[in-house]
Amino acid sequence: MTPDTISAQIIDYANRADPYPLYAELRKTPVRREDDGTYLVSTYYEVRSLANDPRLSNDTRNRPPGYARPGQPAEESGLPPGFIFTDPPVHDRLRDTINRPFGPPHSPRFLDALRGDLTKVVTELLDAFEGKDQVDIVEDFAYPLPVTAICKVLGVPREDEPRFHGWADALAAALDPRPGGDDAEQKGQQARQELGSYLADLIETKRRHPGPGILSALAPDMTPADLEATAVLLLVAGHETTVNAITNTTLTLLRHPDILERFQKEPDLAVPLIEEVLRYEPPVQFVTWTTALADIDVAGTTIPKGSPVWLMLAAANRDPKRFKDPDRFDPDRKDNEHLGFYTGIHYCFGAPLARIELHMAVPELFRRVKFSGPLEDPPPYRTNAVLRGPRHLPVAIEGLTS
Amino acid sequence: MSADTDVEVLRRQGRIVVVGASLAGLRAAETLREQGFTGSLTVIGDEPYEPYDRPPLSKQALLGRARPEDTALPRRRDIDAVWRLGVAAEGLDRDAKQVRLANGDTVAYDRLLITTGTRARPWIHPEEAGLDGVFVLRTRDDSARLCRKLTGGVSRVLVIGAGFTGSEVASACRELGLEVTVAERGPAPLVGALGGVVGAVADRLQRRHGVDLRCGISVTALEGDYVGRLRRAHLSDGSAIDVDVAVVSLGAVRNTEWLAGSGLAAGPRGIACDAGCRVFDVNGIVTDDIYAAGDVARSPHPLFDYQFLSLEHWGNAVEQAEIAAHNMICAGPDRRPHLWLPMFWSSQFGVNIKSVGVPPLGDQLVVAQGTLGEERFVAVYGYRGRVIAAASFDGAKWLGFYQQQIESGAPFPPEYRTVDRRTETLEPVDPAFPDPHLPTHGPTVTLTGHSPSERRIKFVPSHA
Ligand SMILES: Cc1cc2nc3c(=O)[nH]c(=O)nc-3n(C[C@H](O)[C@H](O)[C@H](O)COP(=O)(O)OP(=O)(O)OC[C@H]3O[C@@H](n4cnc5c(N)ncnc54)[C@H](O)[C@@H]3O)c2cc1C
Repeated sequence: MTPDTISAQIIDYANRADPYPLYAELRKTPVRREDDGTYLVSTYYEVRSLANDPRLSNDTRNRPPGYARPGQPAEESGLPPGFIFTDPPVHDRLRDTINRPFGPPHSPRFLDALRGDLTKVVTELLDAFEGKDQVDIVEDFAYPLPVTAICKVLGVPREDEPRFHGWADALAAALDPRPGGDDAEQKGQQARQELGSYLADLIETKRRHPGPGILSALAPDMTPADLEATAVLLLVAGHETTVNAITNTTLTLLRHPDILERFQKEPDLAVPLIEEVLRYEPPVQFVTWTTALADIDVAGTTIPKGSPVWLMLAAANRDPKRFKDPDRFDPDRKDNEHLGFYTGIHYCFGAPLARIELHMAVPELFRRVKFSGPLEDPPPYRTNAVLRGPRHLPVAIEGLTS
Repeated sequence: MSADTDVEVLRRQGRIVVVGASLAGLRAAETLREQGFTGSLTVIGDEPYEPYDRPPLSKQALLGRARPEDTALPRRRDIDAVWRLGVAAEGLDRDAKQVRLANGDTVAYDRLLITTGTRARPWIHPEEAGLDGVFVLRTRDDSARLCRKLTGGVSRVLVIGAGFTGSEVASACRELGLEVTVAERGPAPLVGALGGVVGAVADRLQRRHGVDLRCGISVTALEGDYVGRLRRAHLSDGSAIDVDVAVVSLGAVRNTEWLAGSGLAAGPRGIACDAGCRVFDVNGIVTDDIYAAGDVARSPHPLFDYQFLSLEHWGNAVEQAEIAAHNMICAGPDRRPHLWLPMFWSSQFGVNIKSVGVPPLGDQLVVAQGTLGEERFVAVYGYRGRVIAAASFDGAKWLGFYQQQIESGAPFPPEYRTVDRRTETLEPVDPAFPDPHLPTHGPTVTLTGHSPSERRIKFVPSHA
């Protein structure tokens, strides 16, 4: 990747706070070839059609040698890829199995049953704002909630968070296609191995003494390696995405005081508002790990077999051919079929959980907290270009209602 | 007065009558209002209910998960219509522009939309059809009655015909823990809709779920006891089985009889209309004031050799109704064609089955993804070297892609690699559709035209 390519600019931290002009530039060439043979797809209909195209593989082992292979285990870690980096039939088998304890039709009440606990967490986190005149939305609110949620879902002890936090961060960083990413990749592999063995021990315990959470439920149905890989994936995904979604929502609302004012009067606005944030500032900005299994004709371009393909979800979400006035944040938008959670067979597994968390967190945050505004705008962002979101969001607050 | 001012007057103060108060009728009425029609709107339906949804009737409703009376179709908007429910339309006078109702009333129209759909094909012997325990399944009342019966303690259910509805009924029975025998004249379940190759998968699925499936067999007689309760069924192989319920699932009959004598091209195969949903008269001349949509309509489709297609698909009813409504209140150049790609879904024995395109037109088939053996696959149908249809078992997410392949006339068999493709080369096989001249339970898509190479036109002087 040469530094002047558009993908390099997207990855460049300097553009993290506002990548949208770059995405607009990108959309002028809906299917764009980078010098290294990577194809960037940035328009809505093209992204959607490719995400549903059986000729596109999520298994990066299908890339010819010489191309980055995100998601692939290094030889020594010994773990199979997480199901997001697999194709059917393996993908379908794993996902179906994991779905069983997680959601309908087999476990229709599983997620719903988490609501009570999560409400309590939200209340406690917000109570702790009492007496402060400034808080960091990320550290003090948006991060602790999803971590608690994913621990509950998996049945991982919340007290272990300090241990796996670092591993999860390193793994997420390895997804980021930074130039000179070898180091991050290596750290990622190491983290994967360490997190893996932590979880392997936990799973082993759960096999003997089943407890709440899906790891216990799955232990009898999955091989240790598959379950371990799945646990790693879910733990990381549970860490890094919803945090950004909650933070992005907060920041977007603070930037749109008129809508915030309406929201405080009309709690029902939460549903379309949260969907609109997922379109407008999606927590997963693009997907870098798909590969063409055959020559694919899209929008007048042929993506040759073997090419890495990046699906630019955030760019597609602001495609004026699909969304009217796409750079406007508009919770009244009709027909908001955004790609914030991707689409097709790899549609975000955690989407129902993420929506529950957002719906617990966001209305309560704005009901209880009186904000004066962000202390820094733009706030400092995380380095990650794929899982994009503020690293901190310091805000001034005027008070708290009960 | 120009045609355009006519349309303007029509939109403001015209009289539109919709005959058939179900899915297509309701969606058309909503679309008319949506598009600014402010004249009078009358919806005539012979059932006493406001429009309700049918797909759940053979699925959730039989399992007691949704009460049949709870399947009312959600309203997209207020339609401010005069509802004439519980009264059938009995005739059409095109000269007087009037619909005649069974109670003697007449209703005048400027534009008429016909959405009278289909009804269940009844059991062949009327006196046997009248036995207590013999059911068909099309309406809310049918479903409620059958549901009551199934949950009231029965020893064995006989399903006659293993098309989609019959198979769904069998699935529900098994889920309720009932013994069920399915008798199918063809070689496999779903054979009319998806062919024998895919039918063989449905066959295994049914047997694995404990269905006593008998293919290549027809029911010859239903026998009752002295008080008229069903007791036994006789089969063409000479055997007999004791049953107290029989569900007749032999496909559908189009509700067109009431149009006899109207001069419209309406007959047992449906009402012929153009791609804009305008109905033809018996001479093949298009009318401009009468439209048809939904299960009762048949219209030519350019993707399928301009064959007249008649579809029994929920999605088609919605789409066609919307197009018909739009065209009814538009000037010529603003009209839109109904070029919907047929799409159908079903769920049975825990499997989601879906198809796009017109499988029965296929002369070849390949399994493009997954395998038949795992009961999780996408089968692609070819017709003269082009992709014409696809059907999936638990693979519906891929069908959007195959839909594009159909729409773009992609070559068949597909050469490219895909995820979950198990073999290096795809060897096309015969999809094994039964001879179209033999009666079946109904394939849900029927080619009702004739091949352009045949010369079969004959002049029909009066009624179709
Ligand atoms: C049990 C069942 C399960 C189904 N499952 C599926 C499925 O899973 N997927 C799918 O795609 N499709 C399914 N379908 C098909 C789908 O329901 C139909 O395609 C759809 O209902 C067609 O709508 P329609 O409005 O054209 O016709 P209909 O729903 O048939 O409505 C026609 C209406 O007109 C009335 N009528 C008839 N004659 C007259 C008259 N002379 N005067 C006044 N009123 C009259 C009828 O009583 C009826 O109410 C199913 C159908 C049934 C019966």
